[in-house]
Amino acid sequence: MELVEFWPWIALAAFGAYHGVNPAMGWLFAVALGLQEQSRAALYRAFAPIALGHMASVAIVVAVVALGRAIVPTDILKYVGAGALTAFGLYKLFWNRSHPRWVGMRVGFRDLTAWSFLMASAHGAGLMLAPVLFNLPGYGQSVAEAIDARDVPHAEYMFLGAPASIGTAAAQLTAVGVHTVAMFGVMTLVAVVVFEKVGLALLRKSWFNLDRLWAGALIVSGAVTAAL
Amino acid sequence: MSTWTPDPTFYPSPKMAMDAPQEELAYVAIVNPNEDGKPDALGVLDVDPKSQTYGQLVGRMNLPSSGDELHHFGWNACSAALCPNQAHPHVERRYLLLGGLRSSNIYIVDTKNDPRNPKLAKTISREEFEGKTGYSRPHTVHCGPDAIYMSALGAPDGEGPGGIFTLDHDTFEVSGPWEVDRGPQKMAYDFWWHLNHDTMITSEWGTPRMVENGVLADELLASKYGHHLHVWDIRTRKHKQALDLGPENQMALELRPAHNPRSAYGFLGVVTSLKDLSGSVWTWYQDGDDWAVKKIIEIPAEPADAELLPPLLQGFGAVPPLVTDIVLSLDDRYLYVSCWGTGEFQQYDVSDPFNPKKTGSVHLGGIVRKAAHPNGSAVNGGPQMVELSRDGNRLYVTNSLYLAWDAQFYPDGIRGWTAKIDASPEGGIEIDSDFFAEFGEERPHQIRLQGGDSSSDTFCYPD
Repeated sequence: MELVEFWPWIALAAFGAYHGVNPAMGWLFAVALGLQEQSRAALYRAFAPIALGHMASVAIVVAVVALGRAIVPTDILKYVGAGALTAFGLYKLFWNRSHPRWVGMRVGFRDLTAWSFLMASAHGAGLMLAPVLFNLPGYGQSVAEAIDARDVPHAEYMFLGAPASIGTAAAQLTAVGVHTVAMFGVMTLVAVVVFEKVGLALLRKSWFNLDRLWAGALIVSGAVTAAL
Repeated sequence: MSTWTPDPTFYPSPKMAMDAPQEELAYVAIVNPNEDGKPDALGVLDVDPKSQTYGQLVGRMNLPSSGDELHHFGWNACSAALCPNQAHPHVERRYLLLGGLRSSNIYIVDTKNDPRNPKLAKTISREEFEGKTGYSRPHTVHCGPDAIYMSALGAPDGEGPGGIFTLDHDTFEVSGPWEVDRGPQKMAYDFWWHLNHDTMITSEWGTPRMVENGVLADELLASKYGHHLHVWDIRTRKHKQALDLGPENQMALELRPAHNPRSAYGFLGVVTSLKDLSGSVWTWYQDGDDWAVKKIIEIPAEPADAELLPPLLQGFGAVPPLVTDIVLSLDDRYLYVSCWGTGEFQQYDVSDPFNPKKTGSVHLGGIVRKAAHPNGSAVNGGPQMVELSRDGNRLYVTNSLYLAWDAQFYPDGIRGWTAKIDASPEGGIEIDSDFFAEFGEERPHQIRLQGGDSSSDTFCYPD
């Protein structure tokens, strides 16, 4: 396998790490719950639901992109995706500085999952992955392109579609998995280090405005999508 | 525009906030008592002891209209912006929101570019505020995790219900009333919360009709003023429980929840008791799934010659302490109590919130006692609104309550002042003889300290 085939997976993992390190995506809530209960167990209990909510939000984008690729020619889809990303990034940068209203500090598994899903969706965590998703190995050509390339009669669409779907589904699941594992790992690491060692005073100086950077990342993702 | 790193005045925990740098400026609401068409103002006091103008009014911003009767005010943003569930830490603590308790206008004042010369950034008219909320007479302001919250005494017609409403912390747009189900709650005054317990507490004074022309003796003697606390679920915005203090306790005002977000208790000041004119402090606390309240401090009235008393009190032959304000240090250790009637200012160690120990007391003014300031100045009125620095060492007190009530309890008139009281970390308080800001005929009310104080911020992270 050539190195070029790894880069989408590395990129998905890197985005996972970036999401994991963002306090607004979950590690800070986990630390707060641990401190409130004065309990390491409360801290660790928070990780699974936060990762689950994040995963669900990302999975929706992955599924939408896959569906799009199956029914829309790649060229058109690419520009639609690039436009959506850029627009969302600009919106987040200039208009939308509010945050999801989720009043409540006493949260259980279901609440935390829903909260994490909401935060990831509102921040466009999954959208940011679009340029990578457009270039995932295993997606291959869209069905329409495959048919054109092989000059297959219309009657055989269904048969050709099937193996392509299997490859696509595996790639989708792997994409969601790689991203979530990276996010989970980094979130857990940061939360445990802050809870056990560093303390929350670091928030005052180092809580960098990831939202702004985030909006920038969305816009860059849009540009990259269009260019690739 | 948002900032790159959190506002440096935001602190994750109350203990961290106690290490904040000492305040250099204090903002004070100034009320013009004369009906002469001159406006109220936001004053800026120099509280930096190293400054040439220490203890002097170094700035003021007149309001655009007259007759507002400023009262309480507060910051647009504070440490609550760091709360993890709806974090938005890159807003700035720069605007003060001031409600005209009589006019129902709301003023938003920008302190950033020149902190000594604050500028009016936006006015929310009475019509807009009343139209959007159904409330009137805005009072307490608290910076919340998701919005700016304010309370209002009542409805536009001067009756109830009063309640809570919110404003967007970027645009200052007023949204509707906060409550989804208010249960039996009708009267309103102060509010604050235990964010980490998803619980809001609100208190009761009286409806606008019951307060705007002075205390109504008949209704007071009939126990018509507020004597309940209300407990609310913040997530559902529904009324959960009413805690009755008993009808003899009249006017449940200031609420000071423990700053430690783990602690589910707080302190309430009650102005007076019909039984013996005593003032009191109560502790509310979580008791299983329910909440309860218990009197922990009772301050007796002081007997006095009827001829030394204003007409309202002559029949009683005593000066009521009139507990009109309280403040709790950020470490939840010391509670300070203003007795506006007797002119006493008290300090209690409330490390055990059910067994307070009185650790300090000073006198300034008072209806009968008229204690002078240690710098020799004669003073009238008494310690009323109080604010405490974040490190817990400096208290600033003003002497006016509310124009119509000032006239009933201090009929000779009140000349406004702000005094400073120093607190020792090991207990004990002393009036600073070098600090005495006089306001002449104008009357100072609430004080807010630059960068935050002990009744502005809410913290979501225990130490």
